Amino acid sequence: MSAIPADYKYSSEHEWVSPVVDGVVTLGITDHAQSELGDVVYVDLPAVGDSFSKGDSIAAVESVKAASDVYTPVSGEVVEVNEVLDAEPATVNADANGAGWICKIRLSDPSELDELMDAAAYAEFCK
Amino acid sequence: MSEEQIKCTPLCEKHVALGAKMVPFAGWNMPVQYTGIIDEHNAVRNDCGVFDISHMGQFLAYGPGTTDWLNGMFTNNLHKLTDGVGQYSMMLNERGGVIDDLIIYRMGEDNYFIVVNASMIDEDYAWLTAHKPEGISLVNKSADFVGLAVQGPNCEKVFAGMCPGIVLPERNGILKFSCDGDELYVCRTGYTGENGFEFFCPAAEGVKWLEKVIASGAKPCGLGARDSLRLEMCYSLNGSDLSPEKTPLEAGLSWCCDLTKDFIGVEVLRQQKAEGRPTALVAIEYTGKGAPPRHGYEVQLPDGTHLGELCSGVLSPTLGKGIAMAYVPAALGKIGTEVNVIVRNKPVPAVIIKKPFLKK
Repeated sequence: MSAIPADYKYSSEHEWVSPVVDGVVTLGITDHAQSELGDVVYVDLPAVGDSFSKGDSIAAVESVKAASDVYTPVSGEVVEVNEVLDAEPATVNADANGAGWICKIRLSDPSELDELMDAAAYAEFCK
Repeated sequence: MSEEQIKCTPLCEKHVALGAKMVPFAGWNMPVQYTGIIDEHNAVRNDCGVFDISHMGQFLAYGPGTTDWLNGMFTNNLHKLTDGVGQYSMMLNERGGVIDDLIIYRMGEDNYFIVVNASMIDEDYAWLTAHKPEGISLVNKSADFVGLAVQGPNCEKVFAGMCPGIVLPERNGILKFSCDGDELYVCRTGYTGENGFEFFCPAAEGVKWLEKVIASGAKPCGLGARDSLRLEMCYSLNGSDLSPEKTPLEAGLSWCCDLTKDFIGVEVLRQQKAEGRPTALVAIEYTGKGAPPRHGYEVQLPDGTHLGELCSGVLSPTLGKGIAMAYVPAALGKIGTEVNVIVRNKPVPAVIIKKPFLKK
């Protein structure tokens, strides 16, 4: 059973979004997603300052076997990326919900959060 | 391929019980990993691992004239073999392209045991049958065997645990013997670059033998580790690195082609040897940081000239950098040539090196 923090929102592509702080959310892939991927060996991070629309490929997480796109479930501008993942991509496996976060996004349309699943719905979705 | 057509080896349920993630491969439902690809890769390099190779095919060919017939079908020379010894070889089409790569063992005079790729069992059998003279027997025994590849520096300890008192055959050798009531074929071969052996047991006894191998110290390993291990050694994978459109000379496998004898496709190989091969399968190693190389990624010269696409690629767990193989124009594929691998429109610097990646 994977860890699904109660205060995050979830996409059907297995990304999580943290609660909003000063208009900014943190984005990562879920524990379920990292478990399915296996050993993460590379994370292709976006550049700070880049803007994305909901549904865009914002990053790529690569395991030994496969490259997997990360689709942002929210629109906005990247304000910070997790540079730790450059040197230690396996952090995504070790702590997908925490230290393995991918980037922080300043929301351009906070209402998009309402379209995402809550923890209970996501737990059901993964079954 | 639809779900209904996916085949399961007799070990499928056991793999799931051992915690495997299963994926479709060459028409078979196979374990891609158990604990993790890197973990399993390292187990084979440093200790011992076991792979299910039951999906691979086995043919028996026997009867007067078999040696001469198969010498006309395969690239390597069967006259080099003595009883109980095998060789890597290729079966080509009339254009000199690779139908399949295989290992053929001489069991006795005009009596051979042939191991072929899983995806090619039906095609190989049909091609061989279509070219087979009367009076020679060719039997597809693929469904009768479970096959296990036991690979790694501690493989001899594992063998001693599963079959005490039996001595493993020498490199490339095969031994048929009885152990614990079953007849086994044990081959001193592998696809990892490590000391190892592969053995075939009756399909119904497969789970018992997998359990014996694990109890004797081997770690269950999946296709993911099998792929990264073989690519570090530049061993070709049919369907990725070998194709009906490329000759063994282009694939860098001239060492298993005896051009002094006649076999299907030899004229094309002789011509390429005399006039030069159009392309060459080269080994490409990252010199810079970048996302792992993968099948289909473009390879360019630094000035943007297109060279080809990657056939195989992986982030090497042993070397910690991207490694890949690609067919490039032979004249441009010299060792030391700097190239770029294009990953999501970004060039990653790399260099063509001498095979294999892992110097052992």
